[in-house]
Formats: sequence, C-alpha cells, structure tokens
Amino acid sequence: MKIIACIKQVPDSEAKVTAADGKVSWGDAPLVINPFDEYAVEGALQQKEASGGTVTVLCVGPESAKDALKHALAMGADEAVLISDAALAELDTVGAARVLAAAINKVGGADMVVFGRQTLDNGAGLTPAQTARVLGWPMLGLAGQIKVDGGSVTVERVIEEGRQTVSAKLPAVLSVVQSIGEPRYPSFMGIRKASKATIPVWSLADINAAAPAAIITRTELMNPPARETTVEMIAGETPAEIAEKLADKILAEKVL
Amino acid sequence: MKTFVYIDHFKGEVQPASWEALGLAKTFGTATALVFGSGLDEITKAAFEYGADEVIVVDDSALTDYRAEPYASTLSALASSSTPDLILFPTTARTRELAAMSAVDLNTGVLTDVTKCEMNGEQLVATRAIYEGKVLEKTVCSGKPVMATIPARAFPKPEHVAGKTGTLTKGEAKTDALTTVQGYSASESAVNLGDAGIIVSGGRGVSNNPSLGLDEAATAKVGFEMVGGLASLLGGAVGASRAAVDAGYITYSHQVGQTGKVVSPDLYIACGVSGAIQHIVGMRNAKVIVAINKDADAPIFKVARYGVVGDLFAIVPALTEALKKKWGSKFSDK
Ligand SMILES: Cc1cc2nc3c(=O)[nH]c(=O)nc-3n(C[C@H](O)[C@H](O)[C@H](O)COP(=O)(O)OP(=O)(O)OC[C@H]3O[C@@H](n4cnc5c(N)ncnc54)[C@H](O)[C@@H]3O)c2cc1C
Ligand SMILES: Nc1ncnc2c1ncn2[C@@H]1O[C@H](COP(=O)(O)O)[C@@H](O)[C@H]1O
Repeated sequence: MKIIACIKQVPDSEAKVTAADGKVSWGDAPLVINPFDEYAVEGALQQKEASGGTVTVLCVGPESAKDALKHALAMGADEAVLISDAALAELDTVGAARVLAAAINKVGGADMVVFGRQTLDNGAGLTPAQTARVLGWPMLGLAGQIKVDGGSVTVERVIEEGRQTVSAKLPAVLSVVQSIGEPRYPSFMGIRKASKATIPVWSLADINAAAPAAIITRTELMNPPARETTVEMIAGETPAEIAEKLADKILAEKVL
Repeated sequence: MKTFVYIDHFKGEVQPASWEALGLAKTFGTATALVFGSGLDEITKAAFEYGADEVIVVDDSALTDYRAEPYASTLSALASSSTPDLILFPTTARTRELAAMSAVDLNTGVLTDVTKCEMNGEQLVATRAIYEGKVLEKTVCSGKPVMATIPARAFPKPEHVAGKTGTLTKGEAKTDALTTVQGYSASESAVNLGDAGIIVSGGRGVSNNPSLGLDEAATAKVGFEMVGGLASLLGGAVGASRAAVDAGYITYSHQVGQTGKVVSPDLYIACGVSGAIQHIVGMRNAKVIVAINKDADAPIFKVARYGVVGDLFAIVPALTEALKKKWGSKFSDK
C-alpha cells in the first residue's frame, strides 16, 4: 500500500508566542512537527505495518521545515518531500489543499493520505477535507482506528456524540485523532538514517501547480487582553471550613 | 446582508451553537436556516422559533446519515443559486468538513472558530484565536460567500419564540456520497463540553488516595465519582486532563486542552490537575477558575481565581456538601 502523510512545522507548544510589530514571534523557541501530525505519521506507519508498502511524508513550508520531515523519517517513514516556493509565503487552507493535491498526484499511486486533525498555529482543521475535495476522494475525518480490507478502508470516527464506523473505497483521505495511539519515538537507527537523508524540494512548477491566490487574509494581529488573575487562596482548619468559604466565593461570583 | 445558517444536528439533536449562529446572522440582516437530513419537522419548527426568516429544508432519505460529500454538494448548489453574502456554521466535527468542502466548490474560504464579528463597510472582519489562543488575529475573506464557523458560547443565544413561523422552502438533495456509515455507538457518557456552562475536571490526582487501600483504577473511579457528583449538583459536565484520559480513568470525549476540547464555561473547577500549558490552553477562557491541588506550586494556580491547597478527596466532597447546603433548593429548580 502506498501511504502519504501530510505534516506541517509549527512553533513548539511550550513557546511563548506573541504579536510584535504585526508579526507573530516565538523568540528562539524551537520549531517542531505539528503535534497532531505526529499522530498522522503514527497512523500511516501502523497501516504500513499492517498491510506492507511505503510511507511518504509531504510538507508545504520553508526550508526549515525539513527538520519536521526528518522527524517523520526518524519515526520510520520511507521518503519525505518538501514543497517550497517563494509564491507560497501566504497560504490559506484552500491554497494548501490545492498544492498538496498537486503534490499527491505527482507522487502518484497513493492508496491513502493521512492528515493530522488540525495545526497548532492556524488551528483551522480544514485542509484534510479540502484536499479530499480537490482530489475528488472520499474523506474519513477524525479517525481513531483504521482498518484496511482489500480495496476499502473502515475507520472509527471520534465525534462529539460518540464513535461512528464509516467506510469508503481506496484511495481515500483520512485525518486522525489521538486514539490512534501514541506516536512512536524515533529510534536511534531512525535518527541516524534521517540525519543522512537528502530531502527533495519541489517547486510549484515541479508539481504543475499555479500559485494559489490567498482568499483569507489577516488584517490585524493582537495580543489577547491580559487576564487579571490574582489567585485568592482559600485556607482553613478543616476541609469543611475551606469548603464553606470557597462555596461563598463561588456563589458571590454569580456563575451558578 | 443575506446570511445562510447551517443548522447542525445529529440523531435529532441540534448543536445549540446553531441557534447562536442564527442569532448572530440576525444582527446582520435576514437569516435563512438550512436544515439537511430526513424527518426534519421538529428542527425546522425550532429554526423558525429561534428567529429564521426562511428555512430551506432538504429532506431526503439519501441524507439520513450525515456524509460530508453529499451535504457539501447540496450546500454548494444552494449557495450558487441563492448567492448569500455569508454562511455561518456552529463549529463541530461535521461542519469543519462540510464548510471546508463547500469552500473548495465555491472558491471561497472559511474563517474558523470566530469569536467576534464586525462589519467594516460591506466587509466582515472576524476575530479568531491562533497559536492555541496565545495571539488573536482579525481576518477577512475575499471570496463570496464568506464562510465562518463559531464555537459554542461565543455569541448569545437568540430568544425562542414559540409558534413563530416564516417562509418554508424545499431544496434538492445531491446524492454523491463516497462513504458509507456502518454503525454508531454513543459515548458511554455523552458529554458536550463545548456547550457546558460549568465544568468540573479531574486530573491524575483523582487516582491518588492511598488511604482507600484500592488499586489505581479503583481509586480513580472513586475520585471521578466525587468530581461527577459535584458536576451533577451544579448541572455541569465532567472534564479531564489528558493524563487522566491516557491512564484510562475516563474517555477521551471528556478531555480538555490542546488535543481535546477547548472550552469556555462560566465556572471551571480543576481537581488534581497540575496545569500543563496543553491543559491551560483548553480552559483559560473560563470566566471563573477554581483549582484544588495538593501542590502549592502547581502551575494551575497561576490561572485560577480561587485556589485550595489540599487533598481533592477531602475538599471536593466537602465543597459539594457546602454548596448543597447553601444553595441546594435553587439547584433542584434547574
Ligand atoms: C502535544 C501534547 C498535547 C497535549 N494535550 C493535552 C490536552 O489536550 N489536555 C491535557 O490536559 N493535557 C495535554 N497534554 C499533556 C500535558 O502536558 C500534561 O501531561 C497533562 O495535562 C497532565 O495531566 P494532569 O495535570 O492530570 O497530571 P499531572 O501533571 O501528573 O498532575 C497531577 C496533579 O494532581 C495533584 N494531585 C495529586 N494527588 C492529589 C490529590 N489527592 N488531591 C489534590 N491534588 C492532587 C498533583 O499535585 C499534580 O499537580 C499534552 C501534551 C502534549 C505533549
Ligand atoms: N503546509 C502544510 N503542509 C503539509 N500538510 C499540511 C500543511 N498545512 C496543513 N497540513 C495538514 O492539514 C492538517 C490540518 O491543517 P489546518 O487545516 O491548517 O488546521 C494538518 O494537521 C496537516 O496534516
């Protein structure tokens, strides 16, 4: 089976991110593979283990994003490709989906494309379904479990209301959630292999795609209003006394 | 301005943020509610009662189960023929796909999880959180229609006027499904954290009570019963940290945080939760945060309004009792 995983690189979630001079700044915090996309790579590797085949990882991003791809290689992916082009600086999700669809077609022969649930930076969670739409492939979103059987795939979809079992013919686009299982740590051998790998870079011309026009644009960037959080510690001799005082405080907030 | 509002529902239950979206639409002009599925009379009636001027109903057995492709095609066709300026959705697992796909069809974009909307002349300017809420952005969409999803509890719920009616229009279903729904199992404990006004959460601390003489899982069960007891007294929902979910104390649908649900209740009581950044990003927008933790240095106290350094196994039942005593009768009215 030929499996593709799509990943993005984002600032580490521990980073202190602020708006400064109209730009997003994360100081010298490291850039990492989008945590949700580690599950995508994990899901792709599980399917490779179950059915045989290869895992190719795609990322649209700047040169620095090669590190995120190397992380996926170190986890056990077979190949990685960076799609990078000066014309892709401002990319919204429809644009990312069109570029990814073109790259998926260029890789060719994919049976399954696995996405993360959403990015940490933009957090839209739109790209998987948009890529599926551009490709004309079925979309199986928020999969917590994946099972391939011959030419079809069945997933257990984790939604607000419970779990839904949904199936489709391959090729299909999937997005995965945490229930897929903890992403494996890169092995020592994996890290060595990844550090030596040369990652091909494809331009828009290489994948036969036009530069997508940005439909969504940012007009302003702001820091959220500072929160007044002076914590008031409630103490007392006994749990009952503490609870009594705390109950009064909560009632006075008029939130019940 | 002419706005479509997609009413999201599952097994007959409407996601309440659909009504909030309808209320928001009415502040801009006329609102047309879109109701897709089969057997939709109740939902249609409710859409009028929550303020829809028009309801477009697409009632077709092919749409009984939500599937992204036919729903998106149906929506795109309606939007192409009636050219709304704006399409609003409540943010749910379904609408993220549906809006995403229709935006591709209509060559427009989706502004997700919008928490504030303003008009700048003819243009809608939407405020949304990015980087896990660490920064905010204002965004605009140059495509038409503009599409936006709103999270639960970000906009007021419109008034419900029993018996109100309006124009009922029938729409045509597209049937290009590419997936088949094989089955469904409700979560053992159905929980809708997004809509909850009060959330009581348990973390790994719920399994820490050696004096019970029980193993970890059994202790956690007792701990979550206490957390659940307080939540149900207050008419709230039970949340959890990822550590509690990963340890199997409670199901994933309860998880609050970066890889779980982002919530914004009026009251959030964290019991035995340390307050890792990935948990904080999911609950820091709560109006009042109460933290109960053994460790005075736990980071959760940095975002809390009230804190108690103590054992949750002692404090939570005592708090439940105290609240029952002080306000017991009022709670039972709710
Ligand atoms: C990519 C990524 C995504 C993540 N996503 C999430 C997410 O969505 N949600 C989330 O919650 N976490 C998430 N995490 C995990 C997060 O980093 C923390 O590990 C997790 O939140 C810790 O859970 P906890 O506070 O329950 O456990 P701990 O950190 O172990 O804290 C337990 C707390 O309980 C207190 N305690 C112990 N016994 C008692 C007692 N008897 N009474 C009172 N207090 C007691 C302790 O003092 C301690 O502070 C994520 C991590 C990563 C890397
Ligand atoms: N630039 C990108 N390159 C590769 N994959 C991406 C990119 N942006 C988003 N994705 C994928 O799409 C998912 C959802 O992204 P988003 O719609 O931005 O929240 C991510 O979890 C990734 O799997």
